[in-house]
Amino acid sequence: MTEVKMTVNGKAVSGTVEGRTLLSQFLREDLEMTGTHIGCDTSQCGACVVHVDGQAVKSCAMFAAEADGAEVTTIEGMANADGSLSTLQQAFQDHHGLQCGFCTPGMVMSAAALLAENPKPSEAEIRHYLEGNICRCTGYHNIVKAIQAASGQDVAIAAE
Amino acid sequence: MPKDGGIGASTKRREDVRFLTGSGHYTDDINLHGQAYVHFLRSEVAHGELKGVDTSAAEAMDGVVRIFTGADFEGIGGLPCGWQITDRFGEVMQEPAHPVLAQGKVRHVGDPIAAVVAESPEAARDAAEAIVVDIKELPAVIDMKEAVANSDIKVHDDLTSNLCYDWGFVEENRDAVDEAIKNAHHVTTLELKNQRLVANPMEPRVAVGEYSAGTGDYTLYTTSQNPHVIRLLMGAFVLGIPEHKLRVVAPDVGGGFGSKIFHYAEEAFCTFAAKAVRRPVKWTASRSEAFISDAQGRDHVTKIELALDKDGHFLALRTDTYANMGAYLSTFAPSVPTWLHGTLMAGNYKTPLIYVNVKAVFTNTVPVDAYRGAGRPEATFQLERVIDKAAREMGIDPIALRRKNFVTEFPYATPVAVEYDTGDYEATMAKLEEIADLKGFEKRRAASAEKGMLRGLGVNCYIEACGIAPSNLVGQLGARAGLYESATVRVNATGGLVVMTGSHSHGQGHETSFAQVISDMIGVDADMVEIVHGDTSKVPMGMGTYGSRSIAVGGSAMVRATEKIIAKAKKIAAHLMEASDSDIELKDGQFTVAGTDKSVAWGDVTLAAYVPHNYPLEDIEPGLEETAFYDPANFTYPAGAYSCEVEVDPDTGKVTIASFAAADDFGNIVNPMIVDGQVHGGIGQGIGQALLENTVYDENGQLLTGSYMDYAMPRADDLPSFSVDHSCQTPCTHNPLGVKGCGEAGAIGSPPAVVNAVVDALQRAGHTNVTHIDMPLSPSRVWAAMNS
Repeated sequence: MTEVKMTVNGKAVSGTVEGRTLLSQFLREDLEMTGTHIGCDTSQCGACVVHVDGQAVKSCAMFAAEADGAEVTTIEGMANADGSLSTLQQAFQDHHGLQCGFCTPGMVMSAAALLAENPKPSEAEIRHYLEGNICRCTGYHNIVKAIQAASGQDVAIAAE
Repeated sequence: MPKDGGIGASTKRREDVRFLTGSGHYTDDINLHGQAYVHFLRSEVAHGELKGVDTSAAEAMDGVVRIFTGADFEGIGGLPCGWQITDRFGEVMQEPAHPVLAQGKVRHVGDPIAAVVAESPEAARDAAEAIVVDIKELPAVIDMKEAVANSDIKVHDDLTSNLCYDWGFVEENRDAVDEAIKNAHHVTTLELKNQRLVANPMEPRVAVGEYSAGTGDYTLYTTSQNPHVIRLLMGAFVLGIPEHKLRVVAPDVGGGFGSKIFHYAEEAFCTFAAKAVRRPVKWTASRSEAFISDAQGRDHVTKIELALDKDGHFLALRTDTYANMGAYLSTFAPSVPTWLHGTLMAGNYKTPLIYVNVKAVFTNTVPVDAYRGAGRPEATFQLERVIDKAAREMGIDPIALRRKNFVTEFPYATPVAVEYDTGDYEATMAKLEEIADLKGFEKRRAASAEKGMLRGLGVNCYIEACGIAPSNLVGQLGARAGLYESATVRVNATGGLVVMTGSHSHGQGHETSFAQVISDMIGVDADMVEIVHGDTSKVPMGMGTYGSRSIAVGGSAMVRATEKIIAKAKKIAAHLMEASDSDIELKDGQFTVAGTDKSVAWGDVTLAAYVPHNYPLEDIEPGLEETAFYDPANFTYPAGAYSCEVEVDPDTGKVTIASFAAADDFGNIVNPMIVDGQVHGGIGQGIGQALLENTVYDENGQLLTGSYMDYAMPRADDLPSFSVDHSCQTPCTHNPLGVKGCGEAGAIGSPPAVVNAVVDALQRAGHTNVTHIDMPLSPSRVWAAMNS
């Protein structure tokens, strides 16, 4: 068992983990932050994406012990300080970029990382970046639109 | 001007806020005090005789609470099948037992043999690996035609063969169809496969069972599309728990696509084990486990023949289909290749004579059941592929051939037992030509050719039967359930409304769209309406969500209950305003007396209902709560026209979707934004089937595509943006909202468009011998077709 300390969404946390404990497990089970989801066991689906020191990471592909000392951001830390939806989250709602919501946390985290790297991505760049995030509900159409809209690009709004 | 609320408005989804902030509440997020964890030891062979299961070493391991095997379930009911088919000879189908844990034999890779309940998931898994299974592997039967031809290998020893049923529809038409085909000017024949798919909702299945020794009450939390159906099936047929002692909760559910309709062994196990070990018991599927334990979809092999006269009029249609059931009958499996498939073989066309033969077959593979569209994609794919082939053989434009045969007058009784109430197939085809700019195709083809790419255009129509279903009709067809829906509308004293619907949202957005309907009917803000679903202790009864039935059946039940609420509220309002009931009007949340300036607000009336000081107590009871059960008079028939343009790389065979357009008629629409999203998602799955997805077993029954490393799920860069339109609207004539349903259309209408387009591209490039390629149209298959 190993003692780990990290900052999650700006708050210092610690726990005792086994060597095999995944970061995704640590977040969901130890910290009871269930916004991060587990959709596969081969690091393909991307439902578990979080940010570790500013980088988008599949938290099922990283041991909790590896995140010792890191700054971790999860979906629970993405809203504005007053609790309102961030620009990116709001764009997902405005453009119906989610249906069942299960892949959504990973999608939002990946999209945020994309926009940090590339503030005005083209449709092709968005689609390529999201290769590691599987959505079964939306056909990706509205996810792409939401990300374009969040980046300030002109997209007809789906909702009123 | 778009509406800003009520029916027809693209209202933002209220449920999104919790999903976007990590506050969703899915079954795996539920952890109960003192819970134990279960790991299922599953068969690694497709067919075998269980000689013994030695759990002694495993039981001695740290953290093990108890280990269960098939012996623990002797005398306990197996998983029931909800639909009984009568075959063409008048005999009922062969129906094997489906034990919770394997007894005597295993019949597919993934069949559960034992279940370890332990203090942690890791301890449960470690112990499962220490169980010694003595198994005599038997030859497996995987291919359907071989399974029928050769009964040396039987999946179920107590059945006479591997044939579940041999169904003919309409049997009385058989000879007339044969005769018409024999005498026709032209007959087009096509043999094709509709490959097996895995539904793959992104949330794997989870079950948490709980038992209260003090009260004898059970609770099951489960990833289900229809918790009441699970309560009935598991309670009555498996575990013998009366419904009043069993609560089933399906909280936020991360997609279903059909695979979460069915009652699964793991649900029954967790409920059973919770009592046996007197602790909550939790199971969370891994994705790998989902691949070998979730019911799979499609898997039909078909020969279709279409007879035409010299002008291209359809005369007769004959199909011969083998449908894979897998190793056991999943809950609604027998209905999929029969009533959900044969009844749709007329499509959008006037074909006077149709005969459908379906042989359902047991094999040593994972059970097959409904997957998005369920039977209707298989029907549409055969029909729209054979029409394209016929058009080419006869030198007729494929769109013109379809138009020539369109049903144009409604209601229209097909020769396959259903009656289309409304539709306008010409309108959706014309809309498709417009939104897809079909006139501009040649120009785009030339541009592709300049890049060295082969461009092709595929067009097709579809029709589906949704809003399932009239209970008396499906009862005659073998359903062992009614297919109504129920809703209770409870109005609180301060005017807020709670709707308890038996329909279930696992992505469809009921909490928003159902509230829009109530808001429209009463004239109150949608924020005053709460939609409750997914909990049998809160919702009186329900048949759940599948078959695009939520708004058409569940919504109709809600409308009926709300109509009762309004009728009673008008009586109260009439009393308050000293007027006659019949003079009361309700608009924008105000009751008025016609022709006067008298009015009372909605909230005044609801308060009076619960504080009945000035109230017609001699005529009506206090309170304002009503329940309605709605049983539809007919199916609904969404229909439309789809087109796909592809670019095929002549060197590699890789297919790229250049554009995709869908013109649908869903009747009236409650939330256009949600409808668009449903169509997008369906198209995504349909293109996935056409180009990427396949479920492959080797000859020993090992699943070769058992993870996302091997099963090609569509990713964002596999798909284009889509052009969708639903402005053609012929409202349903028999439900109060005039709605038809939109959940499956995309998955039904899109695969033939893609395959038609690829065949078209190859034909235009001179590969005139390529008349069909089986899905998925992988680069290797397309390349092989070009080089055959």
